[in-house]
Amino acid sequence: MSYHVNENGYFGSFGGAYIPEMLYPNIEELKRVYSQMISDPAFTAEYTQLLRDYVGRPSPLYLAERLSQKYGASIYLKREDLNHTGAHKINNTVGQILLAERLGKKRIIAETGAGQHGVATATVCALKGLECVVYMGEVDIERQAPNVARMKMMGATVIPATSGSKTLKDATNEALRDWINNPADTHYIIGSVVGPHPYPDMVARFQSIISEETKWQLKEKTGSTEPDYVLACVGGGSNAMGMFYHFLDDANVRLIAVEAAGKGVDSGETAATTLLGKEGVLHGSRSIVMQTEDGQVVEPYSISAGLDYPGIGPQHAHLYASKRAQYVSITDDEAMEAALLLTQLEGIIPAIESAHAFAYLDKMQFKGGETVVVCLSGRGDKDLNTYMKYFGL
Amino acid sequence: MNRISQLFNQKKTSVLSIFFTAGYPGLHSTVDIAEALEKAGADFLEIGIPYSDPLADGPVIQNSSQKAIANGMTVKLLFEQLKDLRKRVSVPVLLMGYVNPVLQYGVERFCASCAEVGVDGVIVPDLPMYEYEEMYRTCFEKNHVSNIFLITPHTSEERIKKIDELSNGFIYLLSSSSTTGKSLSVSATTEDYFARIKNMNLQNPTMIGFGISDHTSFSKASEYANGAIVGSAFVRLLDSENYMEKIPEFVKGIKGEISVS
Repeated sequence: MSYHVNENGYFGSFGGAYIPEMLYPNIEELKRVYSQMISDPAFTAEYTQLLRDYVGRPSPLYLAERLSQKYGASIYLKREDLNHTGAHKINNTVGQILLAERLGKKRIIAETGAGQHGVATATVCALKGLECVVYMGEVDIERQAPNVARMKMMGATVIPATSGSKTLKDATNEALRDWINNPADTHYIIGSVVGPHPYPDMVARFQSIISEETKWQLKEKTGSTEPDYVLACVGGGSNAMGMFYHFLDDANVRLIAVEAAGKGVDSGETAATTLLGKEGVLHGSRSIVMQTEDGQVVEPYSISAGLDYPGIGPQHAHLYASKRAQYVSITDDEAMEAALLLTQLEGIIPAIESAHAFAYLDKMQFKGGETVVVCLSGRGDKDLNTYMKYFGL
Repeated sequence: MNRISQLFNQKKTSVLSIFFTAGYPGLHSTVDIAEALEKAGADFLEIGIPYSDPLADGPVIQNSSQKAIANGMTVKLLFEQLKDLRKRVSVPVLLMGYVNPVLQYGVERFCASCAEVGVDGVIVPDLPMYEYEEMYRTCFEKNHVSNIFLITPHTSEERIKKIDELSNGFIYLLSSSSTTGKSLSVSATTEDYFARIKNMNLQNPTMIGFGISDHTSFSKASEYANGAIVGSAFVRLLDSENYMEKIPEFVKGIKGEISVS
């Protein structure tokens, strides 16, 4: 079975480009320029150089010894938290800003949930001297204030999304509307593996550097490129897709995607998309979407702004439907406890998003000696307010 | 021949279509408004299916959608309300909505329900041509439901020709690449675009929409197309008290039959 995109923009029965005619020329142009770009050695050289000298790649693969002792398995952390700007998001924005240059676009728009993608976009815009507008849910602006300040400091305009649930879904709607109204001069840097084709495939490829490095790093450390398990958290699913990408065809590697259950899967305040969602179309692609019987998109909830999304990328929907990856969920409380555990055992404060992946370790049964890679997709600095409130620090 | 083709056979110029959101302002106002619009002189109607994430719409229609959903409007309820449509309304009626609610209702069931209640066509802006052709065209055609495509100033000539081939009813010409509810600014570029389409001599009639809000913009649009569509301006009227009484004046005002200050 192929886990990759076909020539019509589909992963199995998921994907496509469900966009209004206004965006059709943009999407066509994007497809054309993107496919020329990825086979252009000049692009590869520039992308690789920026990832190395600006982002700080390769990010370390770190054997977390005390965590490993606790669970009885060799647990490696892929340290995306050590990237410039503190998360995996910048791998994609570096790629897309080079694309924007090739498209000749002068204005960049983005949506952001936790603010990490907004920061990563504002960063590359500052780097290239391009105008940057970031849409962010009003609720998220409040709970991720430090990231809002960082974006502003880098010269970006942050526009609050005030419709609907005032979170990531609505920020994405606003960004798409902006693009419809400014099709000629603007490039939309989507932050996750969602949106109309070619975005899901493109973002996955820019993020696939995570698993590409993991393979050779693991080989150096263990002699094998194949771990037993790979874990990552999933909102839209970009860090997970990057973490899974080069393992997709390694049938022995078990892939585990961890969704946010919020206050519990049955609580009505959750973002556990694969458990509660149905096939549908959201933000330009056919995937699995949390929705009512009538097809109205449900407002999700998670303590982590980055997982607070009612859909998943179409490639994830395909991995779920084909059972190539296992989709599980973790509650707010479980994630917060896991974050504290990682902090106290390893001296690493994770983003609350990433903490969801760590929390699942507690639910796994290890025989002893298995190799596990967990994607530590971001650092927790942005979440200090939430941690302080939750733990009464 | 369905009602849409009949209409355009009889009337070639200054055709007026009015859009409003089902279930707004009141849950059960849909058919009353439709009837009032026909009486007031609208040539055909577009009834919007409310959706939680209407990404081609500006604030006015977004707001009406949100309220309609809160009122309890669903696709299923809309078809129930439309059961008596043809007893009260004789002009062509189209449904306009986003693809997800249609998918959840079921595309086949949706087309069949349209045929059953006498809906003549649908406009689904986020249903791509490729998917329509591959998966849904047969079902639409079997039920004699016209699928209306959009054209923007940036749509290529080749694609316009393809759209013309696939269309049966009319083609929806967007005045600009924008979300709904912006005002029409007819620049030289817009006029060039309208004239370019007019000169293509498409087999389908064309209607201009987005930014048509008064008699001036309506008559300007009618110079280049068979008529025009008013959306946000009418939805805004529905937000006022005694809106039912204001409908005749609104429609006559757009058509220039009375002058509105």
